[in-house]
Amino acid sequence: MAKYFKDIFTSIWTVLVGMKITFLHLFTPAVTIQYPDVKPKLPERARNRLYVNIDDCIGCDQCSNACPVDCIEIETVKSLPTDDLGTTSTGQKKRLWVTKFDIDIAKCCYCGLCVPPCPTECIKMTEVYEFSEYDRYNLIYNFSALTAEQVGEVRAKQAAYEKEQAAKKAAAVKPAPAAQPRPQQQSPGSKKS
Amino acid sequence: MEELLRSFFDIDILVFAVIAIVPLLWVLPYALFAVWLERKVAAHMQDRLGPMRVGGWHGWAQTIADILKLIQKEDIVPTLADKKLHFLAPLVVFIGSYAAFAALPFSSAYVGSHVNVGVFYILAVSSLAVVGLLMAGWASNNKWSLFGAMRSVAQIISYEIPTALAILCVVVIAGTLDLQEINRMQTGWFWEWFVFKKFPFVFVAFIIFFVSSLAETNRTPFDIPEAESELVAGYHTEYTGMKFALFFLAEYGNMFLVSAVASSLFLGGWNSPFGDFMSGPIWGVFWFLSKGMFFVFVQIWLRWTLPRLRVDQLMHVSWKVLTPWSFVCLLAIGFWTVLGG
Repeated sequence: MAKYFKDIFTSIWTVLVGMKITFLHLFTPAVTIQYPDVKPKLPERARNRLYVNIDDCIGCDQCSNACPVDCIEIETVKSLPTDDLGTTSTGQKKRLWVTKFDIDIAKCCYCGLCVPPCPTECIKMTEVYEFSEYDRYNLIYNFSALTAEQVGEVRAKQAAYEKEQAAKKAAAVKPAPAAQPRPQQQSPGSKKS
Repeated sequence: MEELLRSFFDIDILVFAVIAIVPLLWVLPYALFAVWLERKVAAHMQDRLGPMRVGGWHGWAQTIADILKLIQKEDIVPTLADKKLHFLAPLVVFIGSYAAFAALPFSSAYVGSHVNVGVFYILAVSSLAVVGLLMAGWASNNKWSLFGAMRSVAQIISYEIPTALAILCVVVIAGTLDLQEINRMQTGWFWEWFVFKKFPFVFVAFIIFFVSSLAETNRTPFDIPEAESELVAGYHTEYTGMKFALFFLAEYGNMFLVSAVASSLFLGGWNSPFGDFMSGPIWGVFWFLSKGMFFVFVQIWLRWTLPRLRVDQLMHVSWKVLTPWSFVCLLAIGFWTVLGG
């Protein structure tokens, strides 16, 4: 019988204790973050979408080689000796036209391995992480600064130059047939695979 | 109210229709508000924010958007359901809940129907919901719905006994079943309210009434008929669109109903707590609704505090705790009234 009364008392008491706790929580600031309006601060070195500062890119292909999922595609064309492509912000001379610099961000695994090899620090991780698309082909980002016509022009110029060089070589070879043509100069080598 | 309307137009049907519509004008916006309130209170008690986007300020239009969505939804009736009962059940549940509003005194000038057995009528007609719930569970042709309905019926019938006995305690003091008359007897300062009369017996009766009214509205901790985690949603699992909305409306209507009855019987109903200050028919509506809303808030508060009871615990509370104690209260109050006057 004593237990019966004690149980009633405890149940009423514990309900009141619980109600006090929930009531106090009513005025506790919520932990929710109003996502699109308020964004959580990303940790330092957070890895999100890649960005390539194409002005600094020398087309060295090291990022593409480092990529474990092969999501970076780079094509380059040698510039002519007469062309001046300028220098990168780190002071390196640019010698290649970067005709194609595509990153398929849908394939990207955000490992960040492409970032350290870059000699000019032009490929880096940004803070952007909202870039969903309805079409997955929209996720292939083209970073090359050259338009399709410019690429054609550059290629044509290079091909013409190669031809000219080859003709010169042939002309130079004729008077001295003993000299062997060097293999590097023979290959057209305009395209990097 | 009736005289006022008759001074505009003296057509019986119109007058009665207007009087009958008035509680609906309160119940519908109230239900929308209460659902929103429930979600906000739930969220903040769990340190969340709840709906925040629809309508601008703290998601106030969320439930309006929800009800618009429910109206547009396809009405799905299970192939093997009992079509007629399936259709009737939500109507019966809602009618049972709404009919009880007829005897609620919203203000000293307005009560839907001047019946002199108002308390008895409310008790009786709100039990009609049981029929609707069982109908819904049975017609759905779904084991879990039937489980929910059976539990609901067992629970409501069990808890009606302590409810009725707790109400009787007040009726013994008041000597009438007319809610308007009961309210009038509590006019004055708040210590004139029946909770503070014949202390502590009426107070205990009030607690008993409140606890068992929670069970009658299937609210947590007595929500085993719905029991999301085991029965999905109990008797209304198989309902979609507007029919589901009717069940929801009836549930929230019932919440206000029991709160309003509690405030009328024990806390002075439309009476101001401060004597003549802020009293009168218009202020009466304010006091009545705010007392009712306070208890609705307490119900929500309890829901997010307490876990669900087990079936045996539920029956234990009803038959071994509430019922004997309400008998004790009734006897004590009866003796006190007879001997002490």
